[in-house]
Amino acid sequence: MDKITTICSRTVVLPASNIDTDQIIPARFLTTTTRTGLGKQLFSDWRYAPDGSPKGDFVLNQPQAAGCQVLVGGRNFGCGSSREHAPWALLDYGFRAVISTEIADIFRNNSLMNGLLPIVVDETTSAWLIANPGSEVTLDLATTTLQLANGMSVKFPIDPFARYCLLNGVDELGFLLQQADRIAAYEQQHQDN
Amino acid sequence: MPKTMFQKVWEQHEVAAETVETPAVLYIDLHLIHEVTTPQAFEVLRQKGLSVRRTDLTLATMDHSTPTRTEQVFGGVPVTTTAAAQQVQQLERNCAAASIELLNMRSDLRGIVHIIGPELGLTRPGRTIVCGDSHTSTHGAFGALAFGIGTTEVGHVFATQCILQRKPKTFAINVNQKLQPGVTAKDLVLAIIGQIGVEGGTGHVLEYRGEAIRALNMEERMTVCNMSIEAGARAGMIAPDETTFGYLADKPRSPHGAAWERAVERWRALPTDPGATFDREQTLDAAVLEPMISYGTHPGMVIPITGSVPDRKGDPVFDKALAYMGFAAGEALRDRPVNVVFIGSCTNGRLGDLRSAAQLLRGRKVASNVRMLVVPGSQQVKAAAEAEGLDRIFIDAGADWRESGCSMCIGMNGDTVARGEYSVSTSNRNFEGRQGAGARTLLASPLTAAASAIRGRITDPRELL
Repeated sequence: MDKITTICSRTVVLPASNIDTDQIIPARFLTTTTRTGLGKQLFSDWRYAPDGSPKGDFVLNQPQAAGCQVLVGGRNFGCGSSREHAPWALLDYGFRAVISTEIADIFRNNSLMNGLLPIVVDETTSAWLIANPGSEVTLDLATTTLQLANGMSVKFPIDPFARYCLLNGVDELGFLLQQADRIAAYEQQHQDN
Repeated sequence: MPKTMFQKVWEQHEVAAETVETPAVLYIDLHLIHEVTTPQAFEVLRQKGLSVRRTDLTLATMDHSTPTRTEQVFGGVPVTTTAAAQQVQQLERNCAAASIELLNMRSDLRGIVHIIGPELGLTRPGRTIVCGDSHTSTHGAFGALAFGIGTTEVGHVFATQCILQRKPKTFAINVNQKLQPGVTAKDLVLAIIGQIGVEGGTGHVLEYRGEAIRALNMEERMTVCNMSIEAGARAGMIAPDETTFGYLADKPRSPHGAAWERAVERWRALPTDPGATFDREQTLDAAVLEPMISYGTHPGMVIPITGSVPDRKGDPVFDKALAYMGFAAGEALRDRPVNVVFIGSCTNGRLGDLRSAAQLLRGRKVASNVRMLVVPGSQQVKAAAEAEGLDRIFIDAGADWRESGCSMCIGMNGDTVARGEYSVSTSNRNFEGRQGAGARTLLASPLTAAASAIRGRITDPRELL
């Protein structure tokens, strides 16, 4: 995994709350056996009409969305299924961070494993971001700071271990594999139910 | 120091406790896998030259993208789409190469992953259980700590039988009194989600407690725990008791003889100690609940079936949901025509659910405007239903009787609801497009679904009982 230190980008805003993983990537695309290529199906049913043509009123089909790496969503982003295809699709499209006031547990874990930053902010910050789509933001993972275009700067919470892995480009499996002796010792004494 | 059931199970599985710098290393007793969320995990194992550490604690089935038509399952037409076929074949190759037991398309034991664990006796009190599927919370009905994980974590469990986890908080849901006739476990859990909200459980493990929960049988408890994730919870748990032990006693892979006696003794120590505290608590009265139905595009948008769609003027997200569903604020849902009725899924695909629907359909017909699909949750559920003639009741009523699988809950296998159609469904999610692009899902109990199939419109099942 590539190291992540800072992300500077304009934002795309999807203000709806409870954006679920079925919207991010509908189930009919989950028959894939790879991690790549899902970006074109991201938000498929919001992005395309039934005949496959792009819906002009959807934000990702508008020219200002091109190149944006930060998605601002309403409360409880990523609720629903455990499909890791959701962060895979967001990353494949080009997003590198999602900002919301609340991010669903499994989606947050899946995002961290893949280098998509799940950033939780307070209501005031979220409200400003939603009211100012396309504004430039800087996410600094080293200082856990989000810098807004209005000069405001806020700290965001992130698990210290996930942050270490992301900053150093290492994956969590490596850490688990190093625990092999402890796992073997645990298995010796563990009473399975 | 009194402990909650969650704390006890958690502490028994800490290979390493969490610190400020690192999450806990948590040992996993049972890893259930299926075709959709594993191919990329097996690929990582191959790339890194790793093998599956505990094949004896891993069990595979195929359920999400598999067909439900008998001729496709057993007639040499294995799956509906080429991509789905390849995914199923890849699971067969991956399991063969890794020496993982696979309940394949021709196995009498195959079924939805959350149905087969319990019916085999692999889902047991005090175990940690994971699966690349969010409805893994189902298994918490036995007092197991069970939760959904992503594909990367599936790889972690393959390689190390462990995952890294921060300890969640605890949330007690106390349900007093008892459910009235015609009001089911599904109605109860929909009411709970409606009350605490679809993000109300985020970061927490729920423990369902109280008289109403104790009165539920195991299948009903599974329905409740199944939908914990729809409240955003990490997991849902119910303390094991005589009901739990009675269910497990004759299951093929439960412990037997002296091992059973020792297991029951351990399980009796699991329930939350008197005086233990939860981070949050919420209390409901079961006796006042009515059959529930969803009206919107997430499982928290629910009303009693006798009620009407709420009005939230000026909330654009709410208005968007109503526009998608074709409903107006203030409108009653009762008597609205429906196109499709689906009975099945890991929420309501067990024998008791089929009996409950059959009870209303016996000697009655599905309305001419309704297409009804009945999909048992497993091949064992199917065989048991056929042994008592439930299949004849459904077929005689005009419903389709299928082989087991996730089917129309997720619509990956071609069992879908058409654009704009209304589906009264016993499944767990009414998200936009969940049952097919443009499909409109109304979540309800098997009783409400069957009653609505008979009348051809949304019906309070108490009118037909």
